[in-house]
Amino acid sequence: MVPLATFTSYYGRPIVKASPWKSDIPAYLFLGGLAAASSLLAAGADLSNRPELRRVARIGALAGGAAGTVALVHDLGKPTRFLNMMRTAKPTSPMSIGTWILTTFMPLASLAGAAEIAALLPFRVPIAGRLLDLGARPAGLLAAAVAPGLASYTGVLLTDTATPGWHAAQRELPLIFVASAAAAAGGLGMAGVPVGEATPARRMAVGGAALALVMEQRMEGSMGLSAKTLHSGKAQRLFNASRALSIGGAVGTIVLGSRNRAAAAVCGAALFVGSACMRFAIFEAGQASARDPRYTVVPQRERLRS
Amino acid sequence: MWGWSSAPDPARDTGWINAPARKGFFTDGSVCIGCKACEVACKEWNGIPEDGLQLLGMSYDNTGGLGASTWRHVAFIEQPRRAVGSDGFTPLPMVTAAPDQNTHAGSAETGIRWLMSSDVCKHCTHAACLDVCPTGALLRTEFGTVVVQDDVCNGCGYCIPACPFGVIDRRDGPPGARNVGIAQKCTLCYDRLRDDMTPACAQACPTQSIQFGDLDELRIRAHDRVDSLHAAGVTDARLYLADPNDGIGGAGAFFLLLDEPEVYGLPPDPVVTTRDLPAMWRTAAIAGATLVAGAAAAFVWTRS
Repeated sequence: MVPLATFTSYYGRPIVKASPWKSDIPAYLFLGGLAAASSLLAAGADLSNRPELRRVARIGALAGGAAGTVALVHDLGKPTRFLNMMRTAKPTSPMSIGTWILTTFMPLASLAGAAEIAALLPFRVPIAGRLLDLGARPAGLLAAAVAPGLASYTGVLLTDTATPGWHAAQRELPLIFVASAAAAAGGLGMAGVPVGEATPARRMAVGGAALALVMEQRMEGSMGLSAKTLHSGKAQRLFNASRALSIGGAVGTIVLGSRNRAAAAVCGAALFVGSACMRFAIFEAGQASARDPRYTVVPQRERLRS
Repeated sequence: MWGWSSAPDPARDTGWINAPARKGFFTDGSVCIGCKACEVACKEWNGIPEDGLQLLGMSYDNTGGLGASTWRHVAFIEQPRRAVGSDGFTPLPMVTAAPDQNTHAGSAETGIRWLMSSDVCKHCTHAACLDVCPTGALLRTEFGTVVVQDDVCNGCGYCIPACPFGVIDRRDGPPGARNVGIAQKCTLCYDRLRDDMTPACAQACPTQSIQFGDLDELRIRAHDRVDSLHAAGVTDARLYLADPNDGIGGAGAFFLLLDEPEVYGLPPDPVVTTRDLPAMWRTAAIAGATLVAGAAAAFVWTRS
């Protein structure tokens, strides 16, 4: 169908409201994904006896999850009321479900991560150190069991809104987010682990980056008119940076990742930052789609005409 | 959870026993004079802080839109009048009754018509703000309306992008004002309703453009009003959000408009976002499974 050339609005003012969220939320989207995919990488490293990869991934899961939780609480209008999230569990609210997923994940990932940090200390921690050693594996594996939910629910968090750019991406966004999470966690593993032990990290990073790039292409088709918001302003700069870093990082990983530690670290960092840029790009594109009434009115008019 | 019955009864569906008849507003834009008494009465009664005293430079509307501290907003549209019949445009009969007063809205001499209508929270049958609220701060009252519990909301802001009308917002000032940092919107004067009183805006409206009452009765009244306007030649008149089968299951607060909804800053075909949520959860499940499969594949056929 031919898109409407013109549309009417109330003096160009927005119809839907953009979310009040600041950079805390896209930062959390990235950090939560990083934590989730890292915990899966850590579980695999644990089961396949790769201690260095396990250490980096467990610490990544702990640090990403902790920083993400801080960002989430910081973004609240009333941070002191954070615990009100625990009053209820609502399947109609992706934020409620996500809070419960994160609440389950964090103690488990923290225990596994703390065990790795304790092992790095120059002295043995009495009793607690022994408990950490015993609990690390079951906690790490349980965290990995929760991780798929943690990595994917954030996609639904954005698409379950009236923000045109996000809602229209509902078929692709959760897949893009898990793929981007894998790219970030794999990139971290590549940067922190010698190449001999980092094979799974490289595979995860390249596979994640490739899937994210393919799904982003499909998402632009689904987004229709609101895909324009990915190609202007702040979102465009972030989106282009994300694609360049992801493609460059993935190609570099395939060519040099298994040979040169320094090159692997650079490629890993590129994939890591590329994943972060993608979260911010999609966040900013959605915000822009809410601020311009065109993206609300035109698709609804076309729906009514068809 | 997403019960889509043809005769939804949100209060009873939520679990209220012996709930009174669903209450609502019928806002008739054909008799609104743009006086903004509703905006003032709402602010006064609800103790809403001032939220900007600027001139917007677009029309006689300097309020702009609904927000955390604006729960009634009178839209004011000045538009060139097109020929009668083209694009469904028609002048109001009161205009032609006073052709000699060229100051009159929509007079033949000016070639301009004024549209005015008071906007408010729609108190949707299927309310996205309520669905997505993670704390349960937003609740369905016994009157079928949607209200924020000020002492429960933690200001997560999720309701704001969820609302298909851009109604609810987080109050961000002025410093020291009540409820800064939490979501705010029209309560349909929940406190007054519980004392059997009319909401402040409807009480203050001098032309009965804002009518309050039992929703069933308001819908009948609104259809009668549209029929009489059509009979009088005002073919633009149409009801907005009065249909229980629309994308939000019909609104508790619905409208009679004289042009397309978007002219008034309203979405032409709003849909509650949670209608698609089951499909979204399925996509997330596929995504989660993909991540697990990918992570497993990363470890297959490798030497440790």
